Amino acid sequence: MTDIAPAIELKGISKSFGPVKANKDISIRVMPGTIHGIIGENGAGKSTLMSILYGFYKADAGEVFIGGEKKNITDSQAAIAAGIGMVFQHFKLVENFTVLENIVLGAEDSGLLKPSLARARRELKSLADEYELNVDPDAVIQDVGVGMQQRVEILKALYRKADILILDEPTGVLTPAEADHLFRILENLRREGKTIILITHKLREIMDITDTVSVMRRGEMTATVKTSETNPPHLAELMVGRKVLLRVDKAPAQIGRKILEVKDLNVTDAKGVHRLKGISFDVHAGEILGIAGVAGNGQSELLEVLGGYEKATGSIMMNGEAIDLTGAKSDGQSRRKRGIAHVPEDRQREGLIMDFHAWENTGFGYHHDEKYQKNALFMDNAALKRDTEEKMARFDVRPPDPNLAAKSFSGGNQQKIVLAREIERNPDLLLIGQPTRGVDIGAIEFIHQQIVALRDQGKAILLVSVELEEILSLSDRIAVMFDGKIMGERMPQNTDEKELGLLMAGMTGGHS
Amino acid sequence: MDLATLLQMLDATLRLATPLLLACLAGLYSERAGIFDIGLEGKMLAAAFLSAAIASVTGNVWLGLLAGIGASMALSLIHGLASITFRGNQLISGVAINFLAAGLTVVVAQSWFRQGGRTPQLSGDARFDSITLPFAETLRDVPVLGTIYYELISGHTILVYVALLLVPVTWWVLYRTRFGLRLRAVGENPAAVDTAGVSVVGLRFAAVAICGVLCGIAGAYLATALQAGFTKDMSAGRGYIALAALIFAKWRPWYALFSCLLFGFLQAMALRSDVVADVIGFALNGQLLDVLPFILVVVLTGFVGKATGPKAGGQAYVKER
Repeated sequence: MTDIAPAIELKGISKSFGPVKANKDISIRVMPGTIHGIIGENGAGKSTLMSILYGFYKADAGEVFIGGEKKNITDSQAAIAAGIGMVFQHFKLVENFTVLENIVLGAEDSGLLKPSLARARRELKSLADEYELNVDPDAVIQDVGVGMQQRVEILKALYRKADILILDEPTGVLTPAEADHLFRILENLRREGKTIILITHKLREIMDITDTVSVMRRGEMTATVKTSETNPPHLAELMVGRKVLLRVDKAPAQIGRKILEVKDLNVTDAKGVHRLKGISFDVHAGEILGIAGVAGNGQSELLEVLGGYEKATGSIMMNGEAIDLTGAKSDGQSRRKRGIAHVPEDRQREGLIMDFHAWENTGFGYHHDEKYQKNALFMDNAALKRDTEEKMARFDVRPPDPNLAAKSFSGGNQQKIVLAREIERNPDLLLIGQPTRGVDIGAIEFIHQQIVALRDQGKAILLVSVELEEILSLSDRIAVMFDGKIMGERMPQNTDEKELGLLMAGMTGGHS
Repeated sequence: MDLATLLQMLDATLRLATPLLLACLAGLYSERAGIFDIGLEGKMLAAAFLSAAIASVTGNVWLGLLAGIGASMALSLIHGLASITFRGNQLISGVAINFLAAGLTVVVAQSWFRQGGRTPQLSGDARFDSITLPFAETLRDVPVLGTIYYELISGHTILVYVALLLVPVTWWVLYRTRFGLRLRAVGENPAAVDTAGVSVVGLRFAAVAICGVLCGIAGAYLATALQAGFTKDMSAGRGYIALAALIFAKWRPWYALFSCLLFGFLQAMALRSDVVADVIGFALNGQLLDVLPFILVVVLTGFVGKATGPKAGGQAYVKER
């Protein structure tokens, strides 16, 4: 066995971006016919390492061996020639091309397209049969779902005769059923002797499918272990560098009066697409209502309407009084006055101004507050800064410097700044979208604790997340959205990922 | 209006549409590859000047054409360097090229020929002659069809036929060849091209170079075929009209032909205000007819406001982390 050369061997790879050391002396061996997981927090250097392997970046130091041979991978072309295929987190597809055109792009046989397309069509059919990689060759990319788009990316790699397949966070955009399908494909590929590198931050995926796993932390490879010899708490500890509480501790909910009542909410966007189709639900004091669903099924629009920056028809009652959905009072300012705080899904676009200082960002939406005014003309910046310093201390924002620009904080610390701004207003209702997207495990723990603490103070919380685990562990009640509708409500103790996954895919439960 | 007048109008339409069509196709290659080119105007102007100058000095229009293409290519190269290699702003680079060409052509023309910023009148071999297509003379007396063939189809310079032929050629290149597939892809999503192992920079420079060649032909046509020599600002906004035609055509070759013919027809109307007066029954202000194409540009681009061009258009390609 020992005389088999590893499919991939990296020796002493280092890479710096300016003063930031993204990869520090990384060595790794991946044996052929295995699935190797690479796990680590955001910014741990996983993607940089894979980009070096795919020729996107040049390593400052180190060597790459493919199948025992030293390779100098200078660009994507060299990577493809070495038998490496990559499925990026953000797909690299031409949206107005057909599936077939995307597959042959860059791998055409000759100057004319016709023979290339014909060969690709034949090969696609045999690949589809072999690996469950079924796609419609003539469909245009922008018309097909993300699941099929991902299969096209895998087919692109296989069409180029890749023996090594790298997948970067492949399940982020998939429903649980689609993710299962992907894993079946990966197992088929492994059976055929392909080598697969799976980059993810989801511990469960690592446990489910990989043979070996490497953990990265702050640019270093902290461990490589056999998956069968490890467990999630151990991996989390390796990732973060300390013990982490993976599940949320919370007392049973003390449900109070009705805070928010949404009835028959409809939204049609600028393109005329019906985004929300008659949504109705309630949220009570002391309760977390979790909205599950695959991204793009109307959750964003729901938050935008409740937050006051999208028009809608229907009715929303807040503390028993109707809210203006279309008129002059339909804006974020009026919503805040009614006791609605909002932590938006995309904190970098909607939650913060990235080039502004932290102290300026903590004032947004509340800059009319009495305590921030020096006199009729000027704001009291010193008060704002003091206020920010206190918030930063309470929310453990690092570094605790109010004069730093928002963009200089890590994802988790940015989220804490937004959270501090919104929670500290003592709102009746907190809207929170994707609270832990792009947030490190350590910070996730803290943010979850803050949300639960707010609930225990008797506040109502509407949580929107595409992470099913997060929904299941935080929510007191779960509603699933699909195609602008609520497919059903479940209690977390009476449901599981499988049932929710079916609802997320538009199937009304396993009972029928 | 009789058939003869109508044919004259259409004949003028064809002649005036030719530089628009060449420039429009030039822009099509460039923009399909994701490089906005507002400098079509400047490139045409530079090509018009240098082609007329060289044709006048050598007495050979073909050398003039080559020189015109050279001038346009040189400006294309500048645009490519600025917007592809150095990832600068494509609009600013294009505007700079227009200013550069507008000023430089007149200054150089003045110091070279001392005729007030124009080149000497071209004649004989220093100009493109109209060519009579086979059988045109024999068929000329066949009623209607023969007349159309003789008056409208035959009797243009070779460049008119080149421009018309370039429409199906461009379509074929774009939709039937490997180069075309990659060109369209790089204008939509350069990252897809890059990760497929094809050079984004190489493709974009190729597109910009083709744009230079076609703009060069367009400019040479203005000075050595449509007119007989270079005069100050002779491109007269045609580069911008070509851009509008391109948007109106939604970046597609056959549509480009029709939108350029439409704009050519409007320009022909301005030339033959007597015919227009005859048809509508009263005389229109000549200046109104002159600005008609530009008014249409505003109206049409307003109309097709939702025409979305190549998605990566105008953006330099930077590999993401």
